[in-house]
Amino acid sequence: MRAIVRKGVVPLSPQVRLGRTARNDSALPVRLLMLLTVFALLCLTETATQAQDWFRTGTGLGVSKPKVAVADFVSRNTSSASMASLFSDVVRNDLDYSGIVDLASKSFYPTQVPSVPMELNYQAWSDPPASAQFLAFGNLSVTDTSGEIQAWFNDVHNPTAPPVVGRVYRGDSNEEQTRRYAHQFADEIIARLSGGLPGVAATQIAFVSTRSGNKEIWTMDYDGENQHELTSLHSIALTPRWSPDADRIAFTCYPTAGSILSAQICVYSTVSSRLLNWPRYRGTNSSPAWSPDGTKVMFMSSMLGNPELFIAEADGSHPRRLTHSTGADTSASWNPKTGQQVAFVSDRGGTPQLYTMDADGSEVQKVELPDMGYVIDPSWSPNGQLLAFSWRRPNGNYDLYIMDIASHALVELTRDAGRNERPSWAPDGRHIVFESTRTGTRQIWTMLADGTAVKQLTTQGQNESPNWAPK
Amino acid sequence: MRIRSVARVVLYGVIALAIVGVGCKHPAPVTPAVAPAPPPPPPPQPTVTLQATPANVQRGQATTLRWSSTNATSLTLAPGVGNVSPEGNTSVTPTDSVTYTISATGPGGSASATARVTVTVPPPPPVAVAPAPSLEELFAKEVKDAYFDFDKADIRPDARSALAETAGFLKSYPQVKVMIEGHCDERGSTEYNLALGDRRAQATKDFLVSLGVASDRMQTVSYGKERPFCNEHVEDCWQQNRRGHFLMAK
Repeated sequence: MRAIVRKGVVPLSPQVRLGRTARNDSALPVRLLMLLTVFALLCLTETATQAQDWFRTGTGLGVSKPKVAVADFVSRNTSSASMASLFSDVVRNDLDYSGIVDLASKSFYPTQVPSVPMELNYQAWSDPPASAQFLAFGNLSVTDTSGEIQAWFNDVHNPTAPPVVGRVYRGDSNEEQTRRYAHQFADEIIARLSGGLPGVAATQIAFVSTRSGNKEIWTMDYDGENQHELTSLHSIALTPRWSPDADRIAFTCYPTAGSILSAQICVYSTVSSRLLNWPRYRGTNSSPAWSPDGTKVMFMSSMLGNPELFIAEADGSHPRRLTHSTGADTSASWNPKTGQQVAFVSDRGGTPQLYTMDADGSEVQKVELPDMGYVIDPSWSPNGQLLAFSWRRPNGNYDLYIMDIASHALVELTRDAGRNERPSWAPDGRHIVFESTRTGTRQIWTMLADGTAVKQLTTQGQNESPNWAPK
Repeated sequence: MRIRSVARVVLYGVIALAIVGVGCKHPAPVTPAVAPAPPPPPPPQPTVTLQATPANVQRGQATTLRWSSTNATSLTLAPGVGNVSPEGNTSVTPTDSVTYTISATGPGGSASATARVTVTVPPPPPVAVAPAPSLEELFAKEVKDAYFDFDKADIRPDARSALAETAGFLKSYPQVKVMIEGHCDERGSTEYNLALGDRRAQATKDFLVSLGVASDRMQTVSYGKERPFCNEHVEDCWQQNRRGHFLMAK
């Protein structure tokens, strides 16, 4: 059980619907329990919000995570030894980083390793010191042209039960393909252990990097491997957002048309590896956000004068203005669960603050926070119940917070670690990718949604604006 | 003894003859003093001439002054030349039309002569044919950027005077078109700053329109915080980056 220290902020409206959500959504026990703890500890008055005390809460209090061991996959021939080792490591890292299992220490593993279920000595893995409940194991064989991986996941407490997962992967035996199969196998295990919610080991993250000289759009695996440059526009590319089907990325670009240079929306197809046609509009156009059904794109545009939010069809046609204010409105983030609500940033009150509205522009409401400051980068969690954002509180730095929409309860995720911005939820609702300057340069990091298991994904150049693919 | 006496007598006689002889050779001066003398003739009057060749010049061109004189002992050429010889020439480059006067003075009196030099001023070259580099230099010198407060797109008093100078330039050179770039400091999100930079560029343009600069001469673009002028994390630097920046449109 890992205890972490977090700064407490009092919920403004203490009515709580979290008990129901905790029962309904098994994917979020850790975070919701943490929020419940916040509520239980701090049902105070609003004046107490001035108190900046730290308090202690726990992640996964009262929840016991299944203990999982990943045996070294057996190499059937010498040429597959390195791939077998890679496969085992990737599965191990994926399960460890899933946040829902306890990985048994490798030093306690039995010396005899099974390559097929017939060879599995259940008791050797379930007894101390390994004390595992589940075991992942299997074998690899490689020929000149292809490889084959047999992989199983068994409940070692139930020798009579069939394997929880049993898979055979056949394909190229290169490193990239081996990683892909390992991620798929890990995601299957995670899906079984989390009640059907898929893992994110096979997902991608889009981001902006300066490492080729200009800000271009890049993608990488969720663990930071396989970083690839998608665009080479040699100008400025910003704010990538995946489409819900993850085969397009909309972003802000600076094309020139004759003598006219302006910020526009560009859309890149990861299927055809090229830019798709998207109309250009007057003024500054930026910060696209796909509706969860993929039929619409909301974006900031000053085509009618002031920077406002517009909604257009997915191909960019028929833009309609949604907001009406004298300030700047931008950074739309849809509620992915309902597709009915949008969080956005507006400085209509003087400084950038968080607002919500219906997707047709009605019902605009300010998200009240305990103190003023500077609130940017909203990201709506996949289950529609939490908003992550970056908040610079008075005399503070930019730090990441999560707010429960219903109760306005807040949890601080980062502190005293540089500027932390641009949170983006993984589709499992358990992970968040963000940018941080904690190492001195701006880099992409991931963490569990309770602020733990922080991991750096990029190191080269400056990297920013990560967006986690929805699938 | 006798001989001596004879010699003495001869010597005396020679001396006496010499004295008489001298007196007999200068009879003339004695004669006029006794007759009335006529008046002496007067000294001749000096004369002087002066010519300018050519008599009409453009400003910056030279002309030649040529003079001659008689019976003059001193000559003065004015303005700006001074004493000159009785005959000669000199080159002058007057900036404006002028009449040169030469004065001659001699024992017989004085005389003067004049010569008019007409200087014409060439018309100034038209502005349209001013060379491009000088226009760009003028642009760099006279066009002033507008600076903004944190998170604001309002035109401050200092920006008002800066933009008044910019408007003055743009009105003097109606052929110049501009690109107005909206810039922000590093604080705040990429997305918010793209919107804020757009508002700053637009506010800068709107203010110039209010000062009489045609809207269609000005384009705007927002760079948000993507093209900073200064990269340090201090207020002085941030202020440099919060601006509406002018570029001469190609």
